[in-house]
Amino acid sequence: MTFRKYLVLAGVTLFAAAGDAMLSHGMKQTGSISLNHLQGVIFAILNPWVAGGILLLLAFFATYMTALSWADLTYVLPSTSLGYVLLALVARFLLHEHVSPLRWFGIALITSGVGFVAGGPALTEHGHEFAEDSHATEVGAGSHLLAKDARNGARVEL
Amino acid sequence: MKGMYTWSAILVIVFASVVGDVLLARAMKQVGDVGALRRRAGLGVVIGRTLGNRNFMLGVLAMAVAFFSLLFALSWGDVSLVAPAAASLTFIGNAVAAKIFLHERVDRRRWIAASLVAAGVALLAG
Repeated sequence: MTFRKYLVLAGVTLFAAAGDAMLSHGMKQTGSISLNHLQGVIFAILNPWVAGGILLLLAFFATYMTALSWADLTYVLPSTSLGYVLLALVARFLLHEHVSPLRWFGIALITSGVGFVAGGPALTEHGHEFAEDSHATEVGAGSHLLAKDARNGARVEL
Repeated sequence: MKGMYTWSAILVIVFASVVGDVLLARAMKQVGDVGALRRRAGLGVVIGRTLGNRNFMLGVLAMAVAFFSLLFALSWGDVSLVAPAAASLTFIGNAVAAKIFLHERVDRRRWIAASLVAAGVALLAG
């Protein structure tokens, strides 16, 4: 994992949280959209908050795809879930909403979950030889798998 | 009865977003390290190869299904049930699907991480 890759993961987290926040703020201004009044969607997109939110969510999608090109799904998803924590902190300290003790407990759980996954390798799959930057991790994971297979094999023979 | 509609919609959301995430992850592994590819061949090749990938397109389609079923679920049930239930079940579903279909090595560390995040998300949005 290089510094640039941590930046991409931070981008996934920030763009998702900020995009969702802007979108929900904008949609509260434009009012609800029903299936009978689909032209309301066009008015919604003209709202600057909604437009900004959509742009940020596009940026989220681009960084998310970038991260998935060199890291496992089970690594990217937990490590970018800090966005939920970020939204709760924004709600508490910028919007002055009440955050209940149960929600603080939720924040603690998510943060410790991120700590767990961040301590391990980013890429564990094998069979994809495209990733040039991460040969070291792939070889490391590969040899680990071989060792595991060997152990399993021994157990089967026993 | 309404509760059953809501939970079926939640299950559809979870299923569609797990399928979408797995397809997108597989597509991007086929495209290869985007940073290295961009340095070697340019951004146009990266975008072209991504958009031309069949798994990518199917993944986006599954994500669209998940998004529209979320809209339906929200019209039947409370946002405080639908959003956290769908998000946290998707974390668990993704861990299972990544192990089976993407052959990721989901070790104890990652199971714990996925479960903690899922529980945290359920508490946070509930």
